[in-house]
Amino acid sequence: MHNFNYHRPNNVADAVTALGGAGDGKIIAGGMTLVPTLKQRLAAPSDLIDLNGIADLKGIKAESDGITIGAMTRHAEVAASSLVKSAIPALAELAELIGDRQVRNRGTIGGSLANNDPAADYPAAILGLGATVRTNKREIAADDFFQGLFETALEEGEIITAVHFPKPEKAAYRKFAQPASRFALIGVFVAKTKGGIRVAVTGGGNGVFRATDIETALAANFTPAAAKGVKLDPADFNGDLHGTPEYRAALVSTMAARAVEAC
Amino acid sequence: MPTVRMTVNGRAVSGEIEARTLLVHFLRNQLGLTGTHVGCDTSQCGACVVHVDGTSIKSCTLLAIQAEGAEVTTIEGLATGDELHPMQAAFREHHGLQCGFCTPGMVMSAVDLVKTNPDPSEQQIREGLEGNICRCTGYHNIVKAVKAGAKAMNAGAMKG
Repeated sequence: MHNFNYHRPNNVADAVTALGGAGDGKIIAGGMTLVPTLKQRLAAPSDLIDLNGIADLKGIKAESDGITIGAMTRHAEVAASSLVKSAIPALAELAELIGDRQVRNRGTIGGSLANNDPAADYPAAILGLGATVRTNKREIAADDFFQGLFETALEEGEIITAVHFPKPEKAAYRKFAQPASRFALIGVFVAKTKGGIRVAVTGGGNGVFRATDIETALAANFTPAAAKGVKLDPADFNGDLHGTPEYRAALVSTMAARAVEAC
Repeated sequence: MPTVRMTVNGRAVSGEIEARTLLVHFLRNQLGLTGTHVGCDTSQCGACVVHVDGTSIKSCTLLAIQAEGAEVTTIEGLATGDELHPMQAAFREHHGLQCGFCTPGMVMSAVDLVKTNPDPSEQQIREGLEGNICRCTGYHNIVKAVKAGAKAMNAGAMKG
């Protein structure tokens, strides 16, 4: 790992200032992806701005139509939260499936979103539930936030402060985990929301996406068989030594069916 | 170079470090606490697990400077004098090891697991140890040890 200047601001404004004053600054949240990346010298920022000292970014609270989770809230806190378990149990269950115990004790929801790993779990929940990403500048709808491989709508100097989740009628997440990394080979989040059925898929391609064919099928008939009956085009999926595009495409229908069953 | 201060196994410590120094390297190289191991160095194997402010983390994936002001417990801090922690004793009793390299991380993860789940099932133990890899694949006795260690920790808590 190359060395860097370390900053630990106490509020978001100071974090933005530190970032602006750095030649090539990077924000660190939980660091569960960033620290390994630095160790492999895949990134070598001049400055690291640590958000762990900002109390305002932590915590879970109820709002009229759902819950809001601070960007620096750990996965383990979301998994154990009675508030999340009662309002959106599928979200608590998803958090419990991320990485391993030590990753969940340290990793954060804001970090996971800003990183937008194409096989991460949280993006499926954010997109599946039609959540809103709040930043120091604005609110971004889930449908606009994710923009492909490790790409998001975040601009320079923009920091995620919280994520707001509207409470769905029903929701469930089912993940087929890659057995070594625990990342999703395919993960499918199914939600019945005020705005209709939403089905979000992670692990399949260059980033999380909505399986609109399955949404249409489920809108007509909300059953596991309806989800399972949809055949997706393997051309839209990536392939690697863990699974071919055909295998991943088939897994989406299967995991969607299991999620519907669990709803 | 920045100075970092923290409490390690109940003792206030400080040291000059580079910002890039990992917590595990500070513990091993500067404090001489070599019970915490570096196995994979890629955040996967869990040989480096320690407790920071009461929860288990991988010390190869935390900068030492990020532990400023924290309470850190390593494998050396579990025993009370010559008396092993109940989880350590259970690992010895059930031979929860083969080569022993992963053992410190296994024990630290197991103690954290039992704190949040005092009576874990075999399945919960296996899931709770997902972040710890035993390259000898000696999981069978490790799981038995954690089950027994949990029981002993609970008995100790009741006595205490």
